[in-house]
Amino acid sequence: MSLREAGVITGVGETEYMRGTDRTSLSLQLEASLNAIKDAGLKPSDIDGLIPYGHGAVAEDFITNFGIKDLRFSATTPMGGASAVASIQCALAVIDAGICNHVLLSLGRTGYSGGRIGTRVQQMPQFKLIGEFEMPSGAIAPSQLYAVMARRHMEMYGTTSRQLAEIAVTTRQHAIMNPNATMKRPMTIDDHQASRMISDPLRLLDCSLESDGGAAVVISAPDRAKDLRKRPVVVMGVAEGHPDSPSAITQRPDLTTLGLAKAAPKAFAMAGVRHDDIDVAEVYDCFTYIVMCQLEDMGFCKKGEGGSFIENGALGINGRLPVNTHGGLLSQAHMAGMNHIVELTRQLRGEAAVQVKDAEIGLVTGYGDMGDGSIAIMRRG
Amino acid sequence: MDGYDKLVPTPTTDTQPYWDGLQQGKLCLQRCADCGKVRHYPRPVCDSCYSMNVDWIDATGQGKVHSWTITHYAFHPGFKGDLPYMLLTVDMDEGVRMQSQARGIDEAELKIGMPVKLAYEKVKEDLTLPVFVKQ
Repeated sequence: MSLREAGVITGVGETEYMRGTDRTSLSLQLEASLNAIKDAGLKPSDIDGLIPYGHGAVAEDFITNFGIKDLRFSATTPMGGASAVASIQCALAVIDAGICNHVLLSLGRTGYSGGRIGTRVQQMPQFKLIGEFEMPSGAIAPSQLYAVMARRHMEMYGTTSRQLAEIAVTTRQHAIMNPNATMKRPMTIDDHQASRMISDPLRLLDCSLESDGGAAVVISAPDRAKDLRKRPVVVMGVAEGHPDSPSAITQRPDLTTLGLAKAAPKAFAMAGVRHDDIDVAEVYDCFTYIVMCQLEDMGFCKKGEGGSFIENGALGINGRLPVNTHGGLLSQAHMAGMNHIVELTRQLRGEAAVQVKDAEIGLVTGYGDMGDGSIAIMRRG
Repeated sequence: MDGYDKLVPTPTTDTQPYWDGLQQGKLCLQRCADCGKVRHYPRPVCDSCYSMNVDWIDATGQGKVHSWTITHYAFHPGFKGDLPYMLLTVDMDEGVRMQSQARGIDEAELKIGMPVKLAYEKVKEDLTLPVFVKQ
């Protein structure tokens, strides 16, 4: 039993990404969903499974707006930024079980114009431990809680802020070339070093954006994808992983290892590919450090060697491992990684704005809720 | 209304002894009454033997720095006046970790393994918070 090739991406869609809107997150989520469904060549009422991102539209919204007559499955995957990619595993499972033919993953948010991400953590039930024991001391926002992991990595392995800057700079270069990205001003390593300190060692330019917009993905049963509009992108391997002490980072045995370290070997084994086979990687980038840590946890380099791995533009479009070719959460928009799935699909179709030449196999990761991880490896169909 | 404008904990019956201990100027930790494993943060079940029987012990309050961060941005308005403030993650002698603000420690002297101990700051009538100082 395996979910290998149990589902294919048949449609992807986005709204315009913005920093400032008077639209509702529901309207953005539905627009992105309609775009994804149209991209697949389906009708909205063809959707028979829904996995919306948590804290947004619910199944009832889709049934009402899309006139879905026979919805057979709805769920959410409560893993914060790891949710979108973890939803791929969930979608494949319900497709493989014969429950659904076309599952819609979607997200809409007004992260810039509405409630800011940094202040939302306080209300989430999975964080009741840090709510009681850390927040009263002023440890409140993800940047603070993750800064402790980054500092530990720096002290243990000599990783530097200038190395983390490479990720911010490379991602910005990609965003500048992508018409649907919000951050267009060129950035140098020195710009990064001059940006104000937020949660030492994380500076402003180590942090992702707060954005308005929506993104969506349609995953279909392989035998239902043959006559659709676009060439399908095949999910070869998928997995999720939860770190020890999942919500209280403080109590985690190894601060420099994430849940992805458990998921990645499963996904690579399921896909039957090696790291050398990966042509492009869309890696969840809420903070620069988290990108580097995930590259280590996936095995692209050894633990502690991430800093040197990412130097000298290694993650650029022409580098040894092109990463976040759309501009990521750091410079395109913060769509909780749904935009990373959209981008990987476009890369493997050959229709990305910043295209990796001849990309055939790629991966996408999710990271969230203080350390949960998810990964999907895909190939051109 | 006591004018205290920072985030406050809402203790439960599982966690109240920890907060009561701080009020008395000591660190109380949960210890499994069956297998003896010390755990933190307080919670109902021992993850080693699954026992729900618990003792509370008086800990030394001493430990060594595991990591740290210095906060330069107020993510809650109540902390604006504290900026910048140092948060230490500390390996306590009993084998658990804690995270609290530091007092009287220079950024330049911070390093992994630096010995620290707890002090207790009464921030309002019914709340004492732990802070780390040099040993």
